[in-house]
Amino acid sequence: MTPPQTSTERSVHGGLSHLAALEAESIFIMREVAAEFERPVVLFSGGKDSIILLRIAEKAFRPQRFPFPIMHVDTGHNFPEVLAFRDRRVQELDERLIVASVQESIDKGRVQEEPGWDPMRNRLQTTTLLDAIAEHQFDAVFGGGRRDEEKARAKERIFSFRDEFGQWEPRSQRPELWNLYNGRIRKGQHMRVFPISNWTEMDVWQYIQQEGLEVPEIYFAHERDVFKRNGMWLSTGPFLHPRENEPITKKTVRYRTVGDMTCTGAVESDAATLDAIVMETAAARITERGATRADDGFSETAMEDRKREGYF
Amino acid sequence: MDTMMRAPGQMDMLRFSTAGSVDDGKSTLIGRLLYDSKGIFEDQLAAIEQTSRRRGNTTVDLALLTDGLRAEREQGITIDVAYRYFATPRRKFIIADTPGHIQYTRNMVTGASTADLAVVLIDARQGSLEQSRRHAFIAALLGIPHIVVAINKMDLVDWSEDVFERITSEFAAWSAKLDVHDITFIPISALHGDNVVQHSTNMRWYGGPTLLYHLEHVHIASDKNLIDNRFPVQYVIRPQTDEFHDYRGYAGEVATGTFRKGDDVVVLPSGHQTRISRISTFDGEVEEAIPPMSVSIELEDDIDTSRGDMICRPHNQPAVTQEFDAMVCWMNDRQLEEGKRYFIKHTTRTGRAMIDELRYRIDVNTLHRDEAATSLGLNEIGRVHLRTSTPLMVDEYRLNRATGSFILIDEATNDTVGAGMIVDPGTGGASLVDELADDRSEEPAAA
Ligand SMILES: Nc1nc2c(ncn2[C@@H]2O[C@H](COP(=O)(O)OP(=O)(O)O)[C@@H](O)[C@H]2O)c(=O)[nH]1
Repeated sequence: MTPPQTSTERSVHGGLSHLAALEAESIFIMREVAAEFERPVVLFSGGKDSIILLRIAEKAFRPQRFPFPIMHVDTGHNFPEVLAFRDRRVQELDERLIVASVQESIDKGRVQEEPGWDPMRNRLQTTTLLDAIAEHQFDAVFGGGRRDEEKARAKERIFSFRDEFGQWEPRSQRPELWNLYNGRIRKGQHMRVFPISNWTEMDVWQYIQQEGLEVPEIYFAHERDVFKRNGMWLSTGPFLHPRENEPITKKTVRYRTVGDMTCTGAVESDAATLDAIVMETAAARITERGATRADDGFSETAMEDRKREGYF
Repeated sequence: MDTMMRAPGQMDMLRFSTAGSVDDGKSTLIGRLLYDSKGIFEDQLAAIEQTSRRRGNTTVDLALLTDGLRAEREQGITIDVAYRYFATPRRKFIIADTPGHIQYTRNMVTGASTADLAVVLIDARQGSLEQSRRHAFIAALLGIPHIVVAINKMDLVDWSEDVFERITSEFAAWSAKLDVHDITFIPISALHGDNVVQHSTNMRWYGGPTLLYHLEHVHIASDKNLIDNRFPVQYVIRPQTDEFHDYRGYAGEVATGTFRKGDDVVVLPSGHQTRISRISTFDGEVEEAIPPMSVSIELEDDIDTSRGDMICRPHNQPAVTQEFDAMVCWMNDRQLEEGKRYFIKHTTRTGRAMIDELRYRIDVNTLHRDEAATSLGLNEIGRVHLRTSTPLMVDEYRLNRATGSFILIDEATNDTVGAGMIVDPGTGGASLVDELADDRSEEPAAA
């Protein structure tokens, strides 16, 4: 459907195309961090947004190696396809991977598994992430958050300051003007940096298509044993145990986000190619988090509350 | 969203900010734009329907869509800049949604700093223009090339052409003094959707474009400064591998101008001259680079160049200076005072700056100048003379937004406390802002 383009493609209007402009901004942000911080790190979950981050890092720094390692916060409940993809991608790039493990945080007694049936580990990730930041003394952490995802994110800065406790204070964010990012922090504080803040889900898929990037298979339509919980199709597997009133059916589904298996839902879809995903995204009437994330469904401010504590 | 009807390479991007006083209908307008262009999803709509019902509203309050944070929802006002996105087959839009309270000048300035266009909202019933003038003044101060004045709530004035004409001519007379070349007036009803996305059947007397049509078609490519070559070096790429042993790429974003392979260039502040041997990206070599491309420039000669330096053309150079005049918008509770020192970040260069003198403080509502002022408080704007510890390569802001802007950072708290726009880069001459302020000071406040 879409002819491949170079990133310097001009639009019919004579300026850069929207993807070229977004890409240029993201590259600028990554270089700014590399220049101003001593120990940055890029978070990589294997999901589509962090796939973009790694491509932007290639664009920003090649032929040099990345001036930072890659880190995955592993909940222990990941899709096996995504873990395999993660390792493959890191190897292709020939960069360094750090895995911060939620299971280890539980084993060390830093956090407790939440009570109840099929506990989610989403909230627990915050501690694992903050511990890893402290251990490695990271001063800047790249994340793949986008402002179109969720309303609390819509106000977050591209350089988002975190205090000594890793907390976000939405009421007193630093003003962010032009492209003059303020990266000044004190020891023990850090900056979360979101290079693709201005991208939408649609931009992400169009860019993946333009760049010919590989994504984990679970983004494409496939057959899977699923059951319905909290209005979402969840996958059977080692971490999820359907109750008696949760019958298992085989469905053709795909994922719009790849998170923890216990709280990431599949959507019914026949979109088996990138073209089909772009078409489906264009027609989608529900946000990706609304469709597929149980963690944001609990209250209107679930995301804001988690972010204040230091979540991604 | 019909973004697929065109290949993505055919779309460009427009950033706009919105300004209006409280209750002019700004949130409703943005909600309407998102809703009618299908930028709202069903679950978002369901959530605001629920909240509207809980609050006892009979219709869905589209304004809720843009209320991001808990504190704001509780107070029922927008307090911080929020960013919204939607796309049509022609363009991707980024909205910087900024609140209109008097005390939030800082947010308006923030949203305006990156905008190609500003939508200034006026309530047709009030027609009073003081606040709207302030918004237009800030848009002009921040160098936004296009302004749309949307006269809202036309349904409440019987869709009257006379009301529209009166507001338009009053506003136009005043704005002639602003350095804005493109002002468009559109009568709308954000609540009912008239002239937002669909042409109004209630105002057949209006022959102009709808707001969305205008946003889609306004020509922005020529707003870019393609003449004055300015390339702030951001990061030096040095692989130091066998394969790329001698590679040294000066990475950065083209601020303004058009850079080509073979161009004679000068590196500032050192003044060394050389030539561009190659402009490269991850996708390969490019013949020319225009703003805002992020590229790597390789130079023919091995001259000492690092972050904060600027690559320019020998016959078109910015001022290399350690003192200049600037308009500063203050963004913090800790006041700006004469004699105080701050960190300054200008392009990719950071140094220290000292406020030598506050020449005057400007009242954004009346544009009166207070020359006796010795401090600037939160949300106040004034003209300062400052000196820097390191030479900066600067242009006048109205000629070059990239090399004319800077931020001030508090040395103690690390907060971003000031936004600066250079009006006199030490080369003399009064600025436009200055002339405008002069002009206004002869008139009574808030005519
Ligand atoms: N009659 C009418 N009411 C409007 C219109 N636009 C907004 N409103 C109402 O004006 C009030 C304030 O609107 P809101 O969007 O919250 O204003 P904001 O403070 O500028 O964001 C709300 O009650 C809206 O429903 C309009 O075009 N016509």
